[in-house]
Amino acid sequence: MKVLVPVKRVIDYNVKVRVKADGSGVDLANVKMSMNPFDEISVEQAIRLKEAGQADEVVVVSIGVKQAQETLRTALAMGADRAILVVATDDVHNDIEPLTVAKILKGIVDEEQPGLVLCGKQAIDNDMNATGQMLSALLGWSQATFASEVGIEGDKAVVTREVDGGLQTIKVNMPTVVTVDLRLNEPRYASLPNIMKAKKKPLDEKTPADYGVEVSNRLEIIKTVEPAARAAGITVASVDELVAKLKEAGAV
Amino acid sequence: MAVLLLAEVNNGELAMDATAKAVTAAKALGDVVVLACGGSAAAAGEAAAKIDGVSKVLVAEDDSLSHRLAESTAALIVSLAGDYDHIVAPSTTDAKNVMARVAGLLDVMIISDATAVVDADTFERPIYAGNAMQTVKSSDSKKVITFRTSTFDAAGEGGSASVETVSAAANPGLSEWVEDKVAESDRPELTSAGVVVSGGRGVGSEESFALIEQLADKLGAAVGASRAAVDSGYAPNDWQVGQTGKVVAPNLYVAVGISGAIQHLAGMKDSKIIVAINKDEEAPIFQVADFGLVADLFEAVPDLISKL
Repeated sequence: MKVLVPVKRVIDYNVKVRVKADGSGVDLANVKMSMNPFDEISVEQAIRLKEAGQADEVVVVSIGVKQAQETLRTALAMGADRAILVVATDDVHNDIEPLTVAKILKGIVDEEQPGLVLCGKQAIDNDMNATGQMLSALLGWSQATFASEVGIEGDKAVVTREVDGGLQTIKVNMPTVVTVDLRLNEPRYASLPNIMKAKKKPLDEKTPADYGVEVSNRLEIIKTVEPAARAAGITVASVDELVAKLKEAGAV
Repeated sequence: MAVLLLAEVNNGELAMDATAKAVTAAKALGDVVVLACGGSAAAAGEAAAKIDGVSKVLVAEDDSLSHRLAESTAALIVSLAGDYDHIVAPSTTDAKNVMARVAGLLDVMIISDATAVVDADTFERPIYAGNAMQTVKSSDSKKVITFRTSTFDAAGEGGSASVETVSAAANPGLSEWVEDKVAESDRPELTSAGVVVSGGRGVGSEESFALIEQLADKLGAAVGASRAAVDSGYAPNDWQVGQTGKVVAPNLYVAVGISGAIQHLAGMKDSKIIVAINKDEEAPIFQVADFGLVADLFEAVPDLISKL
């Protein structure tokens, strides 16, 4: 079975986000970029499936700017076998919408015929939480979102999902799209020898047109602003003072 | 045109708080028609009919719709979509699972976690874990939206909308339910609680988390946890408050042993009153706290419990 893993290049999760003065978005120029943390978990899961003999090839794909090849090299260094880069924009500030990403991924799925697509549940930039579900919809496949456990049993995947009240386990027909949540695994670090080896692994460069997809956004950004700041509070000296303040504020 | 609102239904019961908050958001867009669906959904439909501002309730009951499976639920919504310009839901894990699939099937972009309605096409939503707020205008003919419930007040009860039955769509037969592991608790539900007490990495162990629970019980509060506490195994994931967990906005939020990472602040900074107890006076949590107490939580929390 082949596993396809889409990965997104996003602002590093440790970087403090700054809104651009013109309100068009968040400043990404000269900012450290990394693989979306949820996508690291899906790459790790795909590699573990291969190590367990349940997958025979892990293909990673990224859709965005040309620099996303660094993100793909990271995934290759972790242990993915080959990569596909779909250059969909030359502007790092142009975030390709999940619907467009899902359409391009569908084109790749049609070509590659994977048995499983493993996605991060959301990207930490636009926080949409949509690409996996949309891809599944376009393919007419089953979906299992927010996975904290993934098992393959013949032509079914058994997936435990993180839901509001606790956990839900479902069994879905393969091929399927699984989106992963935080507790599924802890991604490995790439070793130096593997980083060197990853430079020689195949990386195909494509365009959206190769999959018959036109890149256009359905959501126009009207403005982007900093969130309203909270007024500064006070430091209390003791538990007694805290209780008094809470009573004063009518909070207890 | 009317708005179709997917009610949050769990095992035949309406989650009133989440649904009523989404009704408040949806009312700004037109007449609200609530869809209650599931293996059993009639009682949930009756309950939804009483929410102020609901003009009609549709009830769909079918085995294929039980356990909120995405494929069958999305197929049902798409079969009804022709009559509506807006298809909306409260931003729960179930709705995030289903609604993005609905948007994919309808070939429209989803607008997830909307926090404000500007006009019929324009919505505000947080990005980058709430570190920026973005206003987006949709060019799609149909809008599929999930509303972040913590930013809307619940609509009242007192309505008496008519209830109609609709049929399930053909079962795609792609998935089946195996089991639910739901944490049984007498405490209020995290996202709708008036008071939340959360513990972080500073709590130090799963055993010590009992202290957080005692304080919560004293306050009649729900228990929350930071991602660090969840990752360390001190607390279950469904307690997680933050960008990757639940977003809460209670009247009182008590953060104990929580440093205040950006990803946690994203989940609680809209709380009315924030109390922080941490021994590190440099902890970023103090920057959002109304009342900060620099103290060892193992001394301060028992003291607080005895004095409340």
